[in-house]
Amino acid sequence: MSIKLENINYIYNPGTVYEKHALKDINLTIEQGEFVGVIGHTGSGKSTLIQHLNGLIKATSGNFYYDGKDVYSPGYNMKELRTQVGLVFQYPEHQLFEVDVLTDVCFGPKNQGLPKEECEKRAKEALQLVGFPEKYYTQSPFELSGGQKRRVAIAGVLAMRPKVLVLDEPTAGLDPKGRDEILDQIAYLHKQADLTVILVSHSMEDIAKYVERIVVVNDGEKMFDASPREVFSHYKELEKVGLAAPQVTYIMHALKEKGMDVPLGATTIEEAADAIMRSFHD
Amino acid sequence: MDMVKSEKLIYEYARHDDEGNIIGMNRAIDEVDIHVSPGDFVAILGHNGSGKSTLAKHINAILVPTGGTMWVNGRDTKDPEELWNVRQSAGMVFQNPDNQIIGTVVEEDVGFGLENLGVPTEEIWKRVEDSLKAVGMIQYRTNSPNKLSGGQKQRVAIAGVIAMAPQCIVLDEPTAMLDPNGRKEVIRTIQELRKRKNVTVILITHYMDEVIDADKVYVMDSGHIVMSGTPKEIFSQVEELKRYRLDVPQVTMLAEELRKRGLDIPKGIIRTEELVEALCRLN
Amino acid sequence: MIRDITIGQYYPANSVIHKMDPRVKITCTLLFLISLFLQNSVLGYAIATLFLAVVIKVSKVPFKFIVKGLKAIVIILLITVGFNLFLTSEGTILVEFWIFKITDKGLRIAVFMAVRLIYLIIGSSIMTLTTTPNSLTDGIERLLSPLNKIHVPVHEIAMMMSIALRFIPILIEETDKIMKAQIARGADLESGNMIQRAKAMIPVLVPLFISAFRRANDLAMAMEARCYRGGEGRTKMKPLAYHRRDFVGYAITLVYIVMIFVVGRYVPFHIWIF
Repeated sequence: MSIKLENINYIYNPGTVYEKHALKDINLTIEQGEFVGVIGHTGSGKSTLIQHLNGLIKATSGNFYYDGKDVYSPGYNMKELRTQVGLVFQYPEHQLFEVDVLTDVCFGPKNQGLPKEECEKRAKEALQLVGFPEKYYTQSPFELSGGQKRRVAIAGVLAMRPKVLVLDEPTAGLDPKGRDEILDQIAYLHKQADLTVILVSHSMEDIAKYVERIVVVNDGEKMFDASPREVFSHYKELEKVGLAAPQVTYIMHALKEKGMDVPLGATTIEEAADAIMRSFHD
Repeated sequence: MDMVKSEKLIYEYARHDDEGNIIGMNRAIDEVDIHVSPGDFVAILGHNGSGKSTLAKHINAILVPTGGTMWVNGRDTKDPEELWNVRQSAGMVFQNPDNQIIGTVVEEDVGFGLENLGVPTEEIWKRVEDSLKAVGMIQYRTNSPNKLSGGQKQRVAIAGVIAMAPQCIVLDEPTAMLDPNGRKEVIRTIQELRKRKNVTVILITHYMDEVIDADKVYVMDSGHIVMSGTPKEIFSQVEELKRYRLDVPQVTMLAEELRKRGLDIPKGIIRTEELVEALCRLN
Repeated sequence: MIRDITIGQYYPANSVIHKMDPRVKITCTLLFLISLFLQNSVLGYAIATLFLAVVIKVSKVPFKFIVKGLKAIVIILLITVGFNLFLTSEGTILVEFWIFKITDKGLRIAVFMAVRLIYLIIGSSIMTLTTTPNSLTDGIERLLSPLNKIHVPVHEIAMMMSIALRFIPILIEETDKIMKAQIARGADLESGNMIQRAKAMIPVLVPLFISAFRRANDLAMAMEARCYRGGEGRTKMKPLAYHRRDFVGYAITLVYIVMIFVVGRYVPFHIWIF
């Protein structure tokens, strides 16, 4: 599996006064097994971008290859693409609708046309992957806590056994512990289920902690595409477009300014602690 | 006199089964005592479901205690005679920006509360203008709220509350649904207001970086106040906070980590400058 | 499709019509709609056309924008015209083919009916295009206020209307989001027969209703928190008051009504069959 976007342009409401060039010449390749973070301020085009990845939005111009096949060629199986690239929207618990948790998670596999036993098997497997306790399988999804609802919603997408999981702000509205639990679970999925994960987040701290590569979208264009270390070294440019670096990056820069001999690249607490300890031992 | 004071405040609600029969009582708040002095900035922290929002709703008399007492500006919120006085003295801003804006035009929304209070038309216009200026939204006065960003919507909601001239503003997770820029916008607005109007602010949140300027912090867990003190005192207890499903700002975390690795750094560091200073002293 | 309907939309501009009191606009629009049924001659329609043209011009709303609103009624229009054209058997036959006969009377009714319908829509869209939903509800509230005496909750009805207007765009956006999310889970919302498609909407409708109830709940709480307690004792930020332009508006409309009534009925002027 690989995702390849070539010169993707997308224009909302072309030919009207509301016309908006939301994506401009985006080129992006994502390989199997990557953990990619996408950042950009609200309205930067990042949501439009991720909706291209499972064919919910079709580019105005440009090419999109999934697994080497041209998605925009006539006769391409869009439904198949949607099961391969699972998309978890913001506040995904707002789509829950069934009478109990298990039935809701079965919705995806059922749409794939699988027999009932297979649907349930996959649903249970997905619920296990997100760490949802078995005793609540028959409960109404509406009676769960916020964090549990979100797990169910993510399981609803995982039950389709996607190769790629795209998550738009999966921690919005959760408390700190709930946030860490969900992100740890996603990192676990990435490792265990060999999923390619694309994570959209506003939290630079979270992005720095989990992803291997960051794509920065600004004003419909790809601004940076590199490792967290590299991207956050441009923190001044990020600030200009309404973004920021993790707090530790600022701490390291402040230390350097005060004359301490520390490297600037740290983006997580562990890296920063290591770097500071080293400068003390030298 | 305390601006807000509660004594052994209890809030219970009934659990129902599928047929609607009461099968038990849940205690969302259990014997909570809080004191908020006039002009203070008080933060109430807690994870989702800790009871912090339920407590907040008591300050505005949306909920009334099933046990104990809550006084706002000396008025007992249980007293039906005082209901509208209580609501006028303690304004409330909610979490979801879309679900608290009533007007289809920004200025009309800000005027909504004043209309309810029966303020004369001319006075409404004056106060609406003042409030919109105070939150920096005056240039959007004739816009539709639907076209605003989340942070802007919350500022409109704040303007709608301060127009009613409350002595106290309660903000119930006003930033939970916003992006980082919207969050900064709202927090900055609150700080400005405190400077200009000397209004008491009670901020309910689970974002730690929003409370470092607070005069007092309460931490709630399963309906109880489990910690209280200055931000410094609270943030020096990293492990305990984690137990209550909360975290601390990255700088506090880093200081804690360095201390664990043997560096002599004081507890309760909450700002970047403090850590930098402490490290420079060691160097 | 939903976006095509201009009825109920507001077009911001700075015109006398925009500034007029909503009560004038509502009353005059009603009068105009009635006037279309008061006469049935080419001269009457000419006066109505002139009146409408002047109002559109003064309102500064682009004609194109108004016409866009007609798209929504094209089908109703065609059906009405078709019925009248082919099913009127009285009068002399003008054209005849297969089983269809078009009579002069049928043609006359069909044309007048079409014009009436179009003017009906244009007339009411001018009102909504030049009046904010809020002032529209204010106007309705004031016009209906006599009903308070017979215990009709006029204020509450008006408040409900204005809240509905505020939440329609939010709920449309929400519907869009939920549909996308369910499509991402493999839901097929587009193919199948009527029943299958209706069933396929359940995963969209259930979350939508839940969300609407949650919003309603939140909003009620927010309104209470801001001391809302019904219409009693409320003041108005924008109280309705008549100005000179409002009396002028009434006067012009009145002159128009008299003219259309007298001229349209009693001046025998015909062009061909019309």
